[in-house]
This record gives sequence, structure tokens and C-alpha cells, in this order.
Amino acid sequence: MSFLREILFDYTLRNVALGAAALGLASGALGAFAVLRRQSLLGDVVSHAALPGIVLAFILTGSKDTLVLVAGAFGAGWLGTTAVSTIRGRSRIPMDGALGIVLSVFFGIGLLLLTWVQGRPDAAQAGLDRFLFGQAAALVSRDVGIIAVLGAVSLAAVGVFWKEFKLLSFDPEFGATLGFPMGRVETLLTTVLVLAIVVGLQAVGVVLMASLVVAPAAAARQWTDGLGPMVLLSALFGALAGVAGAVTSASMPGLPTGPAIVLAATGLVALSILFAPCRGLAWERARRIRRHGRLRAEAVLADLFALYRQHGSLAHGHPAAVLEALRGDPRAVLPALAELEERGDARRLPDGTWALTGAGRDRAESLFAEPSGRGGAR
Amino acid sequence: MSGVELEVQLTAVVVAVACALPGVFLVLRRMALLSDAISHTVLLGIVLAFFVVEDLSSPVLVLGAATVGVLTVVLVQAVQDTGLVREDAAIGLVFPALFSVAVILISRFAGDVHLDTDAVLLGELALAPFRRFAPGGVDLGPRSLWVMLGILALNVLFLVAFYKELKLVTFDAELAAALGFSPLVLHYSFMGVVSLTAVGAFDAVGSVLVVAFMVAPPAAAYLLSDRLPRVLLWSAAIAAHGAVAGYWLARWLDGSIAGAMAAMVGVDFLLAFLFAPERGVVAQARRRASQRTEFAATMLAIHLLHHEGGPDADRECRVGHLPEHLRWSPERARFVVGAAARDGLVRVEAGDRLALTEAGRLRARGAMTA
Repeated sequence: MSFLREILFDYTLRNVALGAAALGLASGALGAFAVLRRQSLLGDVVSHAALPGIVLAFILTGSKDTLVLVAGAFGAGWLGTTAVSTIRGRSRIPMDGALGIVLSVFFGIGLLLLTWVQGRPDAAQAGLDRFLFGQAAALVSRDVGIIAVLGAVSLAAVGVFWKEFKLLSFDPEFGATLGFPMGRVETLLTTVLVLAIVVGLQAVGVVLMASLVVAPAAAARQWTDGLGPMVLLSALFGALAGVAGAVTSASMPGLPTGPAIVLAATGLVALSILFAPCRGLAWERARRIRRHGRLRAEAVLADLFALYRQHGSLAHGHPAAVLEALRGDPRAVLPALAELEERGDARRLPDGTWALTGAGRDRAESLFAEPSGRGGAR
Repeated sequence: MSGVELEVQLTAVVVAVACALPGVFLVLRRMALLSDAISHTVLLGIVLAFFVVEDLSSPVLVLGAATVGVLTVVLVQAVQDTGLVREDAAIGLVFPALFSVAVILISRFAGDVHLDTDAVLLGELALAPFRRFAPGGVDLGPRSLWVMLGILALNVLFLVAFYKELKLVTFDAELAAALGFSPLVLHYSFMGVVSLTAVGAFDAVGSVLVVAFMVAPPAAAYLLSDRLPRVLLWSAAIAAHGAVAGYWLARWLDGSIAGAMAAMVGVDFLLAFLFAPERGVVAQARRRASQRTEFAATMLAIHLLHHEGGPDADRECRVGHLPEHLRWSPERARFVVGAAARDGLVRVEAGDRLALTEAGRLRARGAMTA
């Protein structure tokens, strides 16, 4: 509860938490599309490519206003994505190569510009590098406002162009045959994604923004197969990771916010991969164990059936030891018998031996009896 | 040029070439972004190893970092193998997480050590000459130059020793497996070499620029040639050029050397992208334009053949009539006729009357029967 009070009343913490939540919300929702379109690393590329834009915006305007710098970052980030698709479209360089080139070369140019500006006599440029590593703690309420407004713009775009974005993510060819201008839809989605990414830069920095695009979406993907729920959940996870990271880092000295947010998001992914219903690894494992148990029971059922055919009577019981001798893995026999008993396929006679029930015989017959071998034992 | 300038440039070239050689295989195997992941996560290895040996100049740091680099690849593969997350997302999940752990460890437990994230991400080559390699008091040059020379030698040795295997795994992994090579063993030892290179280079140029050298020169080289040995040579040459040109650009602007080098390999890639002899954008455009002209000339020949000797030949077979019939602009018509005449398909006779040559007839018939 003390955290809650702090969030509500501590100015810095409230800003940080709100800002991180807003940006997690936006990047989570848009990240869902990026991950579905196999462009997870676009976040990494755009955030690196934004650097020269930030520095250029400062050089041209001499202002360090957040809005100016974000505008510069947006321009350069957008140019970066355009460069990626141009390289992809006009040469045989594969996607990852194009991403790597744009990421590193843009960043290098940005670094060159940044060091050039820093070398100039006036010291007004100090603080530009907060975009490199992110300083969530330095967010003022105006920054939070900008994050919230721009995040809302990108979310609104998702709402308005929902159908188009959905088509683009799953079947762009079909969209084209329906008459949608898929090229323009793609540009729009990329633009909105770039917006959501550059807005987050000043809070979490270049390297870690990548994770805020991928992680919430990758986590959300495990819980649902529907696009709507996935986008919602992804936005929710993003906001959750943002708040959790911001609050943790505020309460522990020396814990930087950006990495804390990333680890919170990564934790959500780990939990989802392990425990999400149906897709999660734990469920898969449980299913496998159940399947294994069923097969084991089936094997013992087959043995009981073979014994029944030799003796020809359902009243004739067989000691568990006999069944164990028939199986490669004797320890598996007792649990299998218990399962058969539970299913009503086998019963335990008063003398402690085991026999098929009528239902068990019928089931075994339908499972194992070959047509030609039928009747002989009967 | 002073000795220091020479030393910095030499170090830059060695770093660039050491990155560009294994980079060729990364790009060809579509694993370029693993270089991004590895070059970030090696920081975690350095930090962890530092906690063990507590000495920033210990070679154990390099080994620790390279190990974590390989571990990154293993982890990405493991996340991918769950079948729940695709490759691009797996990379984007693993490396920011490991990098975050490293940053947190540094800021919580190593705040007083010279191991800050700025230096890691950005690198500073200009400082290279200040750390000397002087065994027994004899000054042999900058330490990082020797480290990178060693790594370059290892890279070259690895490439020479496993050239055939690398080539096979790169272009036909199934065949490699069928022939009894183990792509897996080769894959991970190759990733070990990449990690080691990334560690060494990242000390000098920072992690993002390791990516620049591992991806941009190989990609540019890949546009210049189809032969693997030539791609390797081009890649090394472009990287070396980027390093030297970047150094002078940085001197001129008084900016970051590493940033300028990345910018210059970017320029080199742009040049290759635009002007590569066969695969460049310009060459493609020219090829397409000449194909379009050739097609138009053939159309013209077919048109003339169709009307040749017919009753309306006098009206149809004129330059002035083509805009109406073939829907070309008058300029386009004159251009195509000129091109066709140069190719010897048509003759322009008196009064802008067009006549087919024998070659023109052959072309038209060939095009119609093909």
C-alpha cells in the first residue's frame, strides 16, 4: 500500500510510473503487430536509427524541447524503416542484413553528429545523450503528457485502421484483392510503430526499447489466438512491465529504470511461455504425462486381454506380479492398473488379483482384437 | 602522419577486417542480427568475469565475454525451439534481457569501477594508443592493436582451416549433414569466433559499431560478386577503407572515430547498392530501360512487318503514325525508331517512311513465333 501512496503523491515517481505505463501501453499494442509480421527487431532498428534525427533536430533548432527532439527522432526512425524496405526491395540483401546495416550505420552517423556537437564550445547540448540510455527518472509531467498524447494517437490509429492492420498482418495478398491499398496500409502501420518507439526512447533508451516492442507481444501471444485479445493483452503487459519496472527501480537505489522495465517484461514472457494455458511449456508437459499414462494403461489392458483370451473367463483374476513380469517396466503396472480401475476397465477381485470388466473386455476387443483371431478364445 | 595517428588507423583497419571476414558468413547465413545480440551480451560476460577476477585487464574477461556470446546464441536457439516464439522475436527477447542484467550489475555493484555503459556502447578508439603493450619494458605498440591482430589471425586461421565446411554449411546445410559434417559443432565454434571478435572489437569501437563492420561490408561485397573468395576479399577491403576514411572524417569533424567509421562503411554500402556493376540500382535501371527499348523496337518491327507491302503500308509505316498506333509519345516514337535504326532493324527513308531490314524481319518473326 505504501507503493500506492508513493505513486499517487510522489511527483517524480508518479511521473515515471505514468510515463512508463503509457509508453508500455502504446509499444505493447503496436508491438503485437510487429511480432506477428516477423518484424520484432524493427523496434531495435528504429530506436538506433532515431539518434541522428535527435541530434540534427537539436543542431537545426538549438532547442532541447522534448517535442522537437521526438520529432527529429521520428523523422530519422521513419527514414530508417524506409531505408530497410528500399534495401530489401532493390537488392538481394536479406532482411536481417538490411536491418543490421540501417541500425548500425544510422547509429554511427548519430554518434558522429553527437560527438561533433559536444565538441563545440557552447555546452547547451548537455543531456542529449539521455536518449541513448534513457532516464526515466528525469521525466517531467510535460514529457508524460507528450508520451500520453502521442501514445493515444498511435492507439487511435490502430482502432481506426483495425481491419486494414489485421489484413496486413495475416494476409496482405487477400487484402490487396479486396481493393485495400496494402502498400499504404503498411506505411501507415510502420509510421505509427515508429511514433510509439521514438516516444519511449527518452524513458528507457536505445537498447532497451527493442525489448518493449517484442516482449509484451511475445508474452501476449501465448495466451490467445485472437488478434483483438492479443493486442489488448500486449498493451496491458506493456503497461504492467512499465509500472513494475519504474516502481522497483524507484524503491531500490542504483537500479536503473530502463533495465528494470526490460527485466519485468522479460519475466512476463518467461511466465507466459511456461504457464500460459494450452501453449505453455508446463501444459505441454502435463499433456505429455497424461498421454504417457494413457498409453501405459492401454498396454496393461492389452496384457489383461491376452490373459483373458487364454483363460476365457472374466472371473479369473491375475496377480499384479504376473502383469509386471509381462511388462518391460514393472513399476508402471500398478499405476496403470489404478487408472484402468478408475476408468472401469479392470477390477480388483477379493483375493487381490486383477481381471477385466465387461466394459474393459469390449474396449480391449475393439482396440486390439484382429478380425481373424476373433472367436477362437471365446 | 604521426606515429599515434598511424597506430590508431592500423588498429581501426585490423578491427574492421577482423569483423568483416566472419561477417560474410553471418550475412550469407541470414544471421546478421546475431552480431547485434552478441555484441551487446558480451557485456554481461565481461561483468561476470570481472566479479570473479576483479581485474579489468585480465584475459579472463575476454574468455568470459566470448562464452556469454556463445551462450546468447544457445539461448536464442532454445527460446526458438520451444516453438512458441519466432526467431526474430527470440533475438529481441534474449539480448535486451541479458544486457539489462549487465547494466544493473554494473550500476549496483561496480559503480566505482571504470566500466561504464557509455564506453561499452560507444567505444573510443582514440584512446587505444594510450594503453601500451610492453612485455619486458619494450614498447611494441597499443595493446588493443595486438589483441585484435591475434583475433584477426585466429579468424583467418579458422576460415582457412574450415573454409570448405563453412561454405558447405552456408550454402547447403542438409548436404553438409548428409556428408557427415556436423553443422552444429561448426555452427557453435563459428559463433565462438564471432563472439571473440565482437569482444575484442567492442573494446575498441563499441557494440553497435561491431554490428556495422560485421554486416555492412559483407553486404556490400555480396552485391559486388557471386564468388565466395571474392566476397571475402571485397568485404575486407571495404572494411579497411571504411576504417581509414572514417578516421579522417572523425579528425575533420573532431567527432567519434567509431561513429565516423560506421558512417563510412554505410557510405561504401550505399555506393555498392547504387553502382554495383550488375546488382546495383543504377545497373538494374539501365538493364530495365534497355530491355524496354529492345521490346519497343521489336514491337515496331512487328508492326512494320504486319503492314509491309499491304494496301495501307504508306500510311502505317511512318514515324509520324506511330504515336497513334502504338500509343507512344512523339518523342518516344523518335527515340525507339532511332534505337531500332542503330540496331539495324529498320531504315528511315525519305519523308519519314520506315522500311524493315532483313534483320528486322527476322526479329519480328522470331518474336511472334517464340
